[in-house]
Amino acid sequence: MMYYSRLRLLGVAGICLIGVLLCLPNFLRSPSPSLPWRQIHLGLDLRGGSYLLLQLDLKSLEHDRLQSLQDQARQTLLDRSLGYRDFARDDATASLSFMPRSDAERDSALKAMQSLPPVVPNEFTTSEKDGRIVLTLQHDAMLARAREAVAQSIEIVRRRIDATGAIDPSIAREGDDRIVVELPGVSDPERIKSLLGTTARLTFRLLAPNPSVASPGSTMLEDESVHTQVAVQDHVDVDGTDLTNAGAVIDQQSGGWAVTFQLNSAGATAFGNVTRANVGKRFAIVLDNKVIEAPNIISPITAGNGQITGGFDARSASDLALLLRAGALPAPLSVVEQRTIGPSLGAASIHAGIISLLTGLLLVIVFMVLFYGRFGLYADVALFANLILMVAILSLFQATLTLPGMAGMLLTLGMAVDANILINERIREEVKRGRGPLQALQAGFDRATGTIIDSNATAFLAHVMLFVFGTGPVRNFALTITIGIVTTLFTTLLLSRLLVVRWYALARPKELPV
Amino acid sequence: MLSRPLFRFVRDDRRINFMRGRHMGLIVSAVLSIASVILFFQPGLKLGLDFRGGIIVEAQTPGPADFGKLRAALDHAGIHPDAVQAFGSPRDVRISINAPEGADREAQTQKLVDGVKSAISAAEPGTQVLRADAVGASVSSELFRDGLLALGFSLAMILIYIWVRFEREFAISAVVTLILDLTKTVGFLAITRFEFDLVMVAALLTILGYSTNDKVVVYDRIRENLRKYRTMPLRELLDLSINETLNRTLGTSMTVFLAALPLALFGGSTLTGFATVMLFGIVVGTSSSIFIAAPLLLLMGEKRLRKETDAG
Repeated sequence: MMYYSRLRLLGVAGICLIGVLLCLPNFLRSPSPSLPWRQIHLGLDLRGGSYLLLQLDLKSLEHDRLQSLQDQARQTLLDRSLGYRDFARDDATASLSFMPRSDAERDSALKAMQSLPPVVPNEFTTSEKDGRIVLTLQHDAMLARAREAVAQSIEIVRRRIDATGAIDPSIAREGDDRIVVELPGVSDPERIKSLLGTTARLTFRLLAPNPSVASPGSTMLEDESVHTQVAVQDHVDVDGTDLTNAGAVIDQQSGGWAVTFQLNSAGATAFGNVTRANVGKRFAIVLDNKVIEAPNIISPITAGNGQITGGFDARSASDLALLLRAGALPAPLSVVEQRTIGPSLGAASIHAGIISLLTGLLLVIVFMVLFYGRFGLYADVALFANLILMVAILSLFQATLTLPGMAGMLLTLGMAVDANILINERIREEVKRGRGPLQALQAGFDRATGTIIDSNATAFLAHVMLFVFGTGPVRNFALTITIGIVTTLFTTLLLSRLLVVRWYALARPKELPV
Repeated sequence: MLSRPLFRFVRDDRRINFMRGRHMGLIVSAVLSIASVILFFQPGLKLGLDFRGGIIVEAQTPGPADFGKLRAALDHAGIHPDAVQAFGSPRDVRISINAPEGADREAQTQKLVDGVKSAISAAEPGTQVLRADAVGASVSSELFRDGLLALGFSLAMILIYIWVRFEREFAISAVVTLILDLTKTVGFLAITRFEFDLVMVAALLTILGYSTNDKVVVYDRIRENLRKYRTMPLRELLDLSINETLNRTLGTSMTVFLAALPLALFGGSTLTGFATVMLFGIVVGTSSSIFIAAPLLLLMGEKRLRKETDAG
């Protein structure tokens, strides 16, 4: 293999050229929008910004589903004229249970429960225990629901964040019940945190006949406008899902801020019916289990629009309108991890990373020339090509580069010359054994190849593991090293070998400079 | 100038009798590793934010930081930080708070970080927040578990790979050597009080990968020599193999060391610890390639390795 065919030569040169071209978008402005202009993304630690890890509240999802299942079950029993008593809901075991009116009705009640439509397959089981009929939500089904809820939440989170005007946000699922939000350039994520921390579930419900005490079918909720507890019926008359639009306005009468909303036709009909039947009574506008206001129904509202006045200021009114437009989250989200990097620290990190990278590169280059002479210089050319190819691959995949990622590149460069060292040491040994230049080169390259592949394979495996199991900064580090191992094999086994072979073919030396 | 290398670490014909010092090497290594394990338990590692949870806010005040004023402002806001320290320049302040206890500690953690930020910017208008991190307790324990998993799986993969490509003795000697290397690095972490966080796990794994690479090259030469010199006693053969690869071992260590050195010097707060631990790991990994990996092989495989190759 001492003679490179023209094809091979062109192949190696071609790959290097493509590498250079792929690097360009990182340094130049795109000359035409039609060109694919792929760049490396800088991580938040380098450009500044906020990272939020949100956790979906599985318990609340389970609780809501239990409640709706209980409503369905009651309705079904009522429709089939089956009696029951002592209908209990147990959040800890995620189950519902009730006692049928009589033993004779037990089988029909069980059948009625089995006929309830599940939201996801195998959602719950029905069984009998001590004469009671028990419905239990299944964990796997709830996880499937959670995944669904996370997918929905991602959409809503995206809409909410887009509405704040954040630039280039990235929102992605992590695991079964988490969402990662990355906000480049946002150094004060407080507003976004509070927007994401609000479920924004809006419901319209009637107040209980006696609003000062809780009765069956109603719950005491905090009335924020007057800071007292009022009993609100559990039955939801109109839901925020029927909203088509919402906006912040200044209330003509009071001069304060208010939020207007528009319902779709189904919502408008339902709203009209409820208000018509309950003129003179009070109904509550409930947001996330808190009553915003509870006005009297003066006349039926049939047009399907209305106004909420709950002591808003400009900011809170526009935030609520934003939340209502974006839709409610299927379950509450809470922030479990937050990392913010200010812009000045990011700039300092880029500076530190580039200085380190260049200094390291320089030290290695000088060492190689001192230690191996001409062949060291070829190794340095390969090293430079290696750096270009790493940047090219990262650009091609539009990968993210973080500070640990830069450290990974630097270490790759340090280890990349190992392959050249192995080859050079081999050639030297073969020369000492008395072989001629050509045989020594040939034997050196061939024998070192096996060792190079073995040593790189172990490093490759170790870093793939690191990539698979690592999180955050560790993954980026492992990614650059894994890419680096691939480019190292190319530059040392093909490129630096090519350089040596070309030099030999042109110079025909009597002795090798090793 | 380019015609000849300017220097070598050792002359090519130098034959150092490394095996003579093998007991000494193993004893020194074992003692250091045991000491490191003790240091791991007492005083233990200084866990970083990733693994212990809590809050760190780093800020830069417009003038030299007035710590008393900042502490008072935090106190006034009902926040009791575990540490308010200087770092870097006199204008840089680091405030750290351990993860709160209690039922809604996740929510508390997130609230605290906003509280700290507003308290200090109220006390010192014009303060720039450089970094604000808040990691909940559940996340930190998961990160810790994932970090250990990554470490464990990497070791297992290395064991399997060497076992498949070489022989059992090689695989076991390599993994024992790696564990000796890792424990020393952990001891180094315990002494230097660098924070042990996710980036440190990456450092440990890189040391692991680098050190394995080093051992594989020496083992590769041993395997080759086992085939080439069928009658040479194993001890002599190991010495020969180490000597033959010595310039490569030292050369590669040198380049990796040179690459990591600027990171340790100019890498900034995130990378200085990482790179310093890397430098330590490179020194340990290189010396164990020479003094530990091969002697272990002699200890374990004196009879078996020789016999196998005779038969094969």
